[in-house]
Amino acid sequence: MSPRRRRLPWFAGLVLAALVVAAVFAPYLAPHSPTEGDLIKKSIPPIWMEGGNPEHPLGTDRFGRDVLSRIIWGSRISLVVSLVAIGVAGTLGTLLGLVSGYRGGRTDAVLMRLTDIGLSLPTILIAVVMVAVSEPSFRNVVLVIALLLWPRFARQVRGETLAIKEHDFVALAVVAGRSSAWIIRRHIFPNVVPTLLVISTLQVGYVILLEGTLSFLGVGVPPPNPAWGLMIADGRGFLATAWWMSLFPGLAMLLTVLAVNLMGDWLRDHLDPRLRQVGPQVELLGPAVTQPESTPARGIAAASGEP
Amino acid sequence: MLQGVGLKKYFPATRGLAVGRPRGWIKAVDGVSVQVAEGETLGIVGESGSGKTTLAKLFLLLERPTAGSLRFDGKAIEAFGRDDLAAYRRAVQAVFQDPYSSLNPRMRVEHIVAEPLPRDNGLSRAGVRDRVGEVLQLVGLRRDSAALYPHEFSGGQRQRIAIARALVTYPKFIVLDEPVSALDVSIRAQILNLLKGLQERLGLAYVMISHDLAAARYLATRLAVMYAGQLVETGECDAVYARPLHPYTQALLSAALPLHPSARRQRIVLTGEVPNPMNPPAGCRFHPRCPHAMPQCRTAEPVFKEVERGRFTACHLY
Repeated sequence: MSPRRRRLPWFAGLVLAALVVAAVFAPYLAPHSPTEGDLIKKSIPPIWMEGGNPEHPLGTDRFGRDVLSRIIWGSRISLVVSLVAIGVAGTLGTLLGLVSGYRGGRTDAVLMRLTDIGLSLPTILIAVVMVAVSEPSFRNVVLVIALLLWPRFARQVRGETLAIKEHDFVALAVVAGRSSAWIIRRHIFPNVVPTLLVISTLQVGYVILLEGTLSFLGVGVPPPNPAWGLMIADGRGFLATAWWMSLFPGLAMLLTVLAVNLMGDWLRDHLDPRLRQVGPQVELLGPAVTQPESTPARGIAAASGEP
Repeated sequence: MLQGVGLKKYFPATRGLAVGRPRGWIKAVDGVSVQVAEGETLGIVGESGSGKTTLAKLFLLLERPTAGSLRFDGKAIEAFGRDDLAAYRRAVQAVFQDPYSSLNPRMRVEHIVAEPLPRDNGLSRAGVRDRVGEVLQLVGLRRDSAALYPHEFSGGQRQRIAIARALVTYPKFIVLDEPVSALDVSIRAQILNLLKGLQERLGLAYVMISHDLAAARYLATRLAVMYAGQLVETGECDAVYARPLHPYTQALLSAALPLHPSARRQRIVLTGEVPNPMNPPAGCRFHPRCPHAMPQCRTAEPVFKEVERGRFTACHLY
């Protein structure tokens, strides 16, 4: 089966560019403060509905905070959390994966069992434990996400390492008298980078969802920060009357995850056609509002790839 | 002098699920004693699965022998200290079969070629660059190839890079594992000539593993024939080609194309299959396929002995 040439997903690129711009220039783009609201202006519907206010295009929440501004600021949280968490988990997972794959034997067995444990950690249980032992904070969110994420990197990198190790240039480096550390650094790692890029991208979607889930459960980024998950949770009680409070952040999350996954699929096809789907599917135990995103990335991409 | 004494390498054969003890041992190399002197070329020939490549890996210390010992200038490898090992790594280099797999696609030629140089080589950066340029020229490449990546070269050029890399440490021995098998026929002669020329200029010794009898004949001064993990015959290359002693060697050589197409040839066609390396036949390992098999071949393992001056073989006929 030859990999079909897929065109650059311009839609995904556009959404991601918008996200990055929103995150970087949030203070200039957001028309209002994300955290301070005017209780007099609470629950204003979006602009096109009766009672809408041009000052608040997407309406306000129950504290009178501008939904659009909060979504723009929220993109910053989503982006920073994903980058930091993926950075931490990616570094740790890659390191362990490289060592595990290269050393093999007992080291490999031990590290891979550890990875299995990591992969079987239930998200909700971890979240509940977090609530029990500590206050929600940015640092804790990143740590929890990294804890749930590193095994995916470790496993994938290990597999790739096993394949690269079989190349003659590795045996020749041994013959040349180079150390294992040198071989991992100069021969294995550079050849793992394309794969790493692809898995990192594909994980961004997962992390954003996870962060949303954690925030929704109240163990994520602490309020009044404008995290998307938090906004969805806030509006949960008013879905029948003031649906915009939850819908718009949910939509933002959906679009972002969709775009990131499309981009990841495209990157994978271009950098490494051999790579299979990464890890188990996103297991989302969070709110119903964010469920559409848990559709397998493969399915979305395949459908959009049809002529 | 590089010397293997009674080298054995057994690999465990495991069941589908690797638990418990292996169900047997694959005897890839089973008691091979062979030596390579400085300046000579030892050709090791045999069919697939005869243990040639495992033997090469033993010489390169990529595998540790199950039994037997490897000696370098009279000193056993097991007794090597750190410095001895470093010296061995400098003195023994390798060129492998597949020039696509043997060059890291993400490294510049410069770094590929310089890799065997020890870190504390006492050379400055410029000195390393100079040495790299020098060996590139030795193998017929331009000095400025150093800045390029492997994908910018053809198969033959890549093999030249692999050879340049093997030369960089002024080695005494180069293990050539099927050095031309992956190349186009038109390129083979070039690479073989290059190897021959380098040997004459630099006084190298080669251990050439090959299933290509013509290529082996072109380079080798001495020939060792392997069958089912054991040596069946060694001797001066020309003498072995002119008059092979062991029935297996006779059959192997008769299978090669003659030097001239109209030359008369007598094909000895073997029946049966290469023995299972986990459970080789008793007695002589070749007896089930041997046209000259005698009753004792079934029971007694023939001794590898000198039957003529410089000619060793393991066969009950002699």
